[in-house]
Amino acid sequence: MESRPHPNRLGIRGWVGGGRWGFERYLYTLHRLTGLALLAYFAMHIFVTSARALGPGAWEQAMGAVSGPLFQVGEYLVFAAFAFHAVNGIRLAILELGFAVGRPIEPVYPYQTSVGRQRRLARAVLMIAAVIALWGGLDFFVLG
Amino acid sequence: MRDRTLWTWHIGAGVVILVLLGLHMAIMHLGSTLGISGSEPTAWESVAARAGSLFFTTTYVLLLGAALYHGFYGLRNILLELNPGPGLRRTIDVGLSVVGLALFAFGTWAALAAPGAATTMGG
Repeated sequence: MESRPHPNRLGIRGWVGGGRWGFERYLYTLHRLTGLALLAYFAMHIFVTSARALGPGAWEQAMGAVSGPLFQVGEYLVFAAFAFHAVNGIRLAILELGFAVGRPIEPVYPYQTSVGRQRRLARAVLMIAAVIALWGGLDFFVLG
Repeated sequence: MRDRTLWTWHIGAGVVILVLLGLHMAIMHLGSTLGISGSEPTAWESVAARAGSLFFTTTYVLLLGAALYHGFYGLRNILLELNPGPGLRRTIDVGLSVVGLALFAFGTWAALAAPGAATTMGG
């Protein structure tokens, strides 16, 4: 069956309003925002770390330019964004493969949605990402 | 290439990133709690040691390719959701491909040139 494109009337405004999708829609928004932030950081990271190809002087200079408490906090935010994006990405792959959505049921009134069945997985994602972020915080700010 | 194929590569790249970036994060940022911190990971000696390792060089290039593909394909999806016209869509496809390939070429050069820099300049 040929699929027809349909207009995306809300555009980026649709990221903000959860509508009836609620909680999972905000995870979707956060997944996109963290993805875009990680891509921007990664592009800069490629340039900064390429200094290693020019020897120890260039490397020390590059590291000196990205040191200090502000960069440490920024680097930690990148770590936390990675933790969320990775764990939520696993959730998305699990759902795409058809797991954790419950068995198919007949569409009999009152209609039920599989969103409720996915919610436990969504909560687990947030908890696991939070644990990894706290773990990183311990290494970044306490032990590191 | 069909979108389904590109999407499958996107998921596959995500799995590669999960493993390799997880390893990278563990080495660079979780060394204290995991007990794998010898010297400071960003010190030149550590960087030179990793640059001289075939394992690290190979995984850097693999991670570079997977992360750039995953990131730029994700960005393309976000942009195409805004319903650009055919001309703009083509510009997005070509533009993101060119930028992604340029970053891959530059990052690969850095990964392959680093072992030479490490041995000839005090690594």
